[in-house]
Amino acid sequence: MSEIIKKNLSEIIDLIKKKEIKSEELSNLYIDKVNKSKKLNSYITTCFEHTIQKSKEFDKKPNLNSLLPGVPLAVKDLFCTNGFKTTAGSKMLENFIPQYESTVTENLWKEGAILLGKLNCDEYAMGSSNETSYFGNVINPIAKDTVPGGSSGGSASALAADLTPATIGTDTGGSIRQPASFTGTVGLKPTYGLCSRWGIVAFASSLDQAGPMTKSVKDCSIMLEAMAGFDKKDSTSIEKKKENYSKNLKTDIKGLKIGIPKEYRVDNMPKEIDELWNKGKSILKDLGADIIDISLPHTKYALPTYYIVAPAEASSNLARYDGVKYGYRSSKGNDLIEMYENTRSEGFGDEVKRRILIGTYVLSSGYYDAYYLKAQKVRQLIKKDFDENFGKVDAILTPSTPSSAFKIGEKTNDPISMYLNDIFTVPVNLAGLPAISVPAGLDKKGYPLGLQLIGKTLDEQNILNVAYAFEKNCNFKNEIKNWWL
Amino acid sequence: MSKDKFDYFIKGEKNNYEVIIGLEVHAQVSSNSKLFSGSATKFGAEPNSQVSLIDSAFPGMLPVINKECINQAIRTGLGLNAKINNNSVFDRKNYFYADLPQGYQISQYKNPIVGEGKVLLDMPYGSKEIGIERLHLEQDAGKSIHDMDPSSTYVDLNRSGIALMEIVSKPDLRSPEEVNAYIKKLRTIMRYLGTCDGNMQEGSLRADVNVSVRQVGDKNFGTRCEIKNVNSIKFMQMAIEYEAKRQVELLDEGKKIEQETRLFDTKKNETRSMRSKEDAHDYRYFPDPDLLPLKIEQKLIDDLKKTLPELPDNKKERFMSDYGLNSYEANVLVSEKEISNYYEEVAKLSDKKLAATWMMGDLFAMLNDKGLNISKSPISAKNFAELIQSIKSGEISGRIAKEVFELMVESGDNPKKIIESKGMKQQSDPKELEKIINEILTKNKDKVEQYKSGKEKLFGFFVGQVMKQSGGKANPQLTNDILKKLLKG
Repeated sequence: MSEIIKKNLSEIIDLIKKKEIKSEELSNLYIDKVNKSKKLNSYITTCFEHTIQKSKEFDKKPNLNSLLPGVPLAVKDLFCTNGFKTTAGSKMLENFIPQYESTVTENLWKEGAILLGKLNCDEYAMGSSNETSYFGNVINPIAKDTVPGGSSGGSASALAADLTPATIGTDTGGSIRQPASFTGTVGLKPTYGLCSRWGIVAFASSLDQAGPMTKSVKDCSIMLEAMAGFDKKDSTSIEKKKENYSKNLKTDIKGLKIGIPKEYRVDNMPKEIDELWNKGKSILKDLGADIIDISLPHTKYALPTYYIVAPAEASSNLARYDGVKYGYRSSKGNDLIEMYENTRSEGFGDEVKRRILIGTYVLSSGYYDAYYLKAQKVRQLIKKDFDENFGKVDAILTPSTPSSAFKIGEKTNDPISMYLNDIFTVPVNLAGLPAISVPAGLDKKGYPLGLQLIGKTLDEQNILNVAYAFEKNCNFKNEIKNWWL
Repeated sequence: MSKDKFDYFIKGEKNNYEVIIGLEVHAQVSSNSKLFSGSATKFGAEPNSQVSLIDSAFPGMLPVINKECINQAIRTGLGLNAKINNNSVFDRKNYFYADLPQGYQISQYKNPIVGEGKVLLDMPYGSKEIGIERLHLEQDAGKSIHDMDPSSTYVDLNRSGIALMEIVSKPDLRSPEEVNAYIKKLRTIMRYLGTCDGNMQEGSLRADVNVSVRQVGDKNFGTRCEIKNVNSIKFMQMAIEYEAKRQVELLDEGKKIEQETRLFDTKKNETRSMRSKEDAHDYRYFPDPDLLPLKIEQKLIDDLKKTLPELPDNKKERFMSDYGLNSYEANVLVSEKEISNYYEEVAKLSDKKLAATWMMGDLFAMLNDKGLNISKSPISAKNFAELIQSIKSGEISGRIAKEVFELMVESGDNPKKIIESKGMKQQSDPKELEKIINEILTKNKDKVEQYKSGKEKLFGFFVGQVMKQSGGKANPQLTNDILKKLLKG
């Protein structure tokens, strides 16, 4: 197997810029490994003919000044891609081919990237283990019986297994950061509104945010720079000028104040996680940062709040999948109502149905005030916790997940324990803040664990810098043994 | 027709009942594109030819507010003397239907763009104020077509996503006549503002009608029924009459009225139960997370206020004070912007009062006859003004004027030209007239004698002879004066 595809995105870009490798050669290297890695089930759709054709076009007239010159990339199958199947991991959209391109992927192609394929994910991004996909579960390349996390599990798995040099996911409650943590990769959830939601299959509109998943922090800054930007087609998009995250990346974090929230030390958390967190603190301290204990008192309400807000929005967002206009339609049923019932019963999986039921319930008359309205109030309090502390600190350090990758099937029948996986990531989505998960070490099974850095609104550069400095001093090494080949 | 006292009551067995009516009017916003997408809004286009990915709710599509629709709603709110809310919210109203692609309608629930306002009605028994509860913006749904195929329903999404203003009145209306006046007034105001074309045939204006009854003198409202989606004033009036009688009959029988939604069957002229309160939809309203709360700067409201045209109530007052019209005339002449513009053009060039009389008489009769809008009138305002001036100056008589009018309709010609070429000018030269009259008196000496001896009825005979002799062109007033003078002598 070629050593080239093991490299980081930034190194690969350098090779292309130095003309040491052609886009077509590079694409072929990935295609070759993707073809040999079907066991991982990380791809739903490949489009190799397109990839090679675009690579050839690039090689004929290479624009080396773009951010991602001739780089083949696979993306989560939640991003609509013009002319290529976009399934959202659901039977409902099994054969759906959009005639439009999401803003975020369009931004990547404008920077020279080339679509390699569409990556598996939990159905409509609902899940924390990539086991709810209609196209089967994804395997974590670190060990054949473990999940890659979710919902961007296919993205994390493909990245860690060198089946794409970098990728993008979406993060509604941790769907980028948790799988990044489980696979020893870097994942960033930007400030809500930094990346356009236009053309991304919606799960929970007020929480959904696209972000990069990469092998290094530098790669992450390059990808974020390429995908972010104001979009007038998304009313919640933030109007601001583009930033040069990669150019401004630095390791000097002297004097930065790093907050350690006491509420993130939860019951029954494995000792290893606590040790990892301490390791993170001491690394940052050694780099000259001030470590400050803080309190985010409403943290314990974040998970229940999330599991009201997200399903409520989802129950409405998924109403459009009714068999009338596009997507799956059941052949059974004698009238409109029966057609709806059969289509949605057959087209959606259990987890999606569970969340539609919860969401419908919490919005129902008589329950709205007790659940949805109260959750919105708590959401404000959670946001306020962060706002108040960001007067005192520049970033917040927490574990990314309460455990390392778990076994396939381990939590399938226990939704609550599955939901608990998001306990450290969910508050960030509720507050709309940016956060990055960086690999920090391995547990005793040899599975990677990540630490999370949470930043102020639009302070992506700062958390990228801290993560960059941390990465350089942490000496983390992912041990992927290519056991599936 | 004209009555000076309100008298619409429904007779029950023992008591008289008063009818309480509130309207939810759905007015289509005049705008080139839809509320949240760039699709066109033309009426009558090929089915599904004005549908964007947003209107058909493709995955990942997001709504973006059309600022022109917001401005139109603000203009309408100002025209209804209403409070414009600086902060309002778009909510999702969730329900499943084949012509509702998103599975929800984006509407405004708790925080509408426009708050309380009022509309003034001119009723024969005096003016009456109708309160406006609110005005909010929402998306229209598509259209389900059930009669194209025996076993399937077809869906046309051209209408899907078009902006509607829902204007909710207070329960201040008390009769079908008031409903008629209210709808017409709303339509007039919106047409003046250019915010809704008010075309009921094309569905630009429809209403849900809330009806309840109570014994005369009762302070509390009765239980109301809502009659959904009535699309003509006539049907609204028929539905109200039927529904009020139905409710009174129930009460007379000692039964209770159930709160429910009903449909008006235009063929059978009756309302029918559609669903009871228990079966009412739970729409699960919640703020649309795809849209930020709508903030309207006071400056925008102030700027729009400055650009508002003169509205019918103000114009009416001005017509009365400037042109000396009575309330009835002014009302008729401001009822449509085009009519008022035509009138003003005519009034500037001719006698204001005479112009009003002729417009409301012969001109309207002719337009009505031909089924024409005033903007398509075969007689231009300028020509019409010349006709009025010819009458006023005595150049032609009223009777001749009617002939000239007919010829103007046929040819579109200038009245002066017609009068000239046909020699229709009134004979107003006293010397000429005296000559004619003298001839007639000489010819009819016996009649003159009879007249002088007391048979004064013969005066009409002499006038007739003068008219006959002059080909109808003799100035009647002058003819009278000269005849009287010469007969005395």
